[in-house]
Amino acid sequence: MTVTTEVRSRRSALTRNKLPNWAPWAVAAGALVVSAALLALAGFNVWGWAVLAAVLFVAANWAVSFAVEGARKAADRFATSLMFGAFIVALVPLVSVIWTVLANGIAGFSLDFLTSDMQGVRGRVDNATAAGESPLMGGIAHALAGTFLITLWASIISIPIGLLTAIYLVEYGRGGRLSRAITFFVDVMTGIPSIVAGLFAAGLFAVIAGPGFKAGIVGAVALSVLMIPVVVRSSEEMLKIVPNELREASYALGVRKWRTIVKVVIPTAISGIASGVTIAIARVIGETAPLIVTAGFVTRMNTNVFSDWMASLPAFIYYQILNPTSPTNPEPSTLRAWAAALVLIVLVMLLNLGARLIARIFAPKTGR
Amino acid sequence: MSKRIDVTDLNVYYGNFLAVEDVNISIEPKTVTAFIGPSGCGKSTFLRTLNRMHEVIPGARVEGKVMLDGDNLYGSGVDPVTVRSHIGMVFQRPNPFPTMSIRDNVLAGIKLNNKRISKADADDLVESSLQGANLWNEVKDRLDKPGSGLSGGQQQRLCIARTIAVKPEVILMDEPCSALDPISTLAIEDLINELKNDYTVVIVTHNMQQAARVSDKTAFFNIAGTGKPGKLIEYEDTAIIFSNPSVKATEDYVSGRFG
Repeated sequence: MTVTTEVRSRRSALTRNKLPNWAPWAVAAGALVVSAALLALAGFNVWGWAVLAAVLFVAANWAVSFAVEGARKAADRFATSLMFGAFIVALVPLVSVIWTVLANGIAGFSLDFLTSDMQGVRGRVDNATAAGESPLMGGIAHALAGTFLITLWASIISIPIGLLTAIYLVEYGRGGRLSRAITFFVDVMTGIPSIVAGLFAAGLFAVIAGPGFKAGIVGAVALSVLMIPVVVRSSEEMLKIVPNELREASYALGVRKWRTIVKVVIPTAISGIASGVTIAIARVIGETAPLIVTAGFVTRMNTNVFSDWMASLPAFIYYQILNPTSPTNPEPSTLRAWAAALVLIVLVMLLNLGARLIARIFAPKTGR
Repeated sequence: MSKRIDVTDLNVYYGNFLAVEDVNISIEPKTVTAFIGPSGCGKSTFLRTLNRMHEVIPGARVEGKVMLDGDNLYGSGVDPVTVRSHIGMVFQRPNPFPTMSIRDNVLAGIKLNNKRISKADADDLVESSLQGANLWNEVKDRLDKPGSGLSGGQQQRLCIARTIAVKPEVILMDEPCSALDPISTLAIEDLINELKNDYTVVIVTHNMQQAARVSDKTAFFNIAGTGKPGKLIEYEDTAIIFSNPSVKATEDYVSGRFG
């Protein structure tokens, strides 16, 4: 009897019933072609094409996988498709907003726009711009300064209050009745509509400084009402994840509790706290409604937050759209509003990037 | 530099639950005392009451007296912070401060308390403490690097250096080697042998060979069952505990018949 060893190139037994890596791409290409063909019959449009192709792809990908790989793999691919789909749907508004603001705002953006205010820019000036006789006049220097100062004062008010509250909750409250009450009210504060925060600040200063008092500081108080709960929540989470062992190690060295908090707990958590605070600033910098009812709106530079009305970027955008400088030719105002929106978005993005940078700079070092 | 500890009629409670009952023990200066016993019998709890670290745990309280050279730790007007600066503690898991360099970790007890110290004194203290912890030769070239970059055994010795830098009279160690490999454990045990020249050392350990190797006297704690309080069963010279204990339970435990 002879033994013949069968030498034959074959696929590994372990890769049987597995679709090759290019299979989803092939299915996607097929879905795009088929849906384009189908739509060509009914009248082509890009959005319909994308939606139809996506639906076809999910169905076909599942069917192909079910036929070759079996039910479990097919379910896996189906779930993966759904998750990617959800991600893309979530991304669409973001990309669309950035694109729209960039496309509309870049034309009005210039160095002059950042460094000049709206003094002397009247309907006549805008009419000349609209007629092509002069470049776009006016700018957002006063609104930038206002936004910066109001946000700065809001931070000065809310960071100490928020951080100290978080320290109380984590280090001293220990789940007692008071700390549970504080947590509850902080949660309630998170849900306060921003206009209500504005009305609260306006009402507060009406009592203190007389009715109708509007100034940057009133806006800052309104913003801090919105900012405090965010600071409390993020700092609390960061303080909670500081290992208890570090506190014990410090106590065992004969260090007092408050020194332990100031010198061990906070430095360990500072990167998270700082980035949380930066996110909180980014959250309130674009608030419009509370600033309109508290800080008012002016066309000239005002750097004193304690007296006189103060402009801010969101309020600037709002008034430029609602009350164009030249009612007969609103285009220059619209352009200024878009450019200001662009600046605001860039500011928020920079703040978010700054938060990441801060987190990295302050993070405990782990070199050897 | 080292002091004796006398404990009389000590009960430890967590809320209303009696965790450790009626401990009487006298710990001589410049000795190593080991606490052994099964898990949950209250060794660590009792150890923490020796420098009032149990107060960090919510609901924990103590009845009875702990005398440090005649001064009651639980007398009225005694500040736990003062107690802890006299009686240092090393924990089960090495816990150097992640935000500090090796040097700052050693000086933590001084820097965290904002005490003034000249640079020369600080340098001397860092060197003597690290030498006291047998770590100087390994880290002297990288004192400014973070302490978290050291190996587990080195971190634990760094924690010991940090503890002896505040010049305590007594050092409590709560299973200091349970997270370490045998080589690092040996280094720590050698260190404990040297530490007893200057300090009173109390160590909790689950490793009976370790207790036999490092300690002069051994205290055996046991628990009658879940929900019952832990008790000090026997306290004797280590040689006697491991060769000829007077209580049956101790003999069963050290000979490996249970636990």
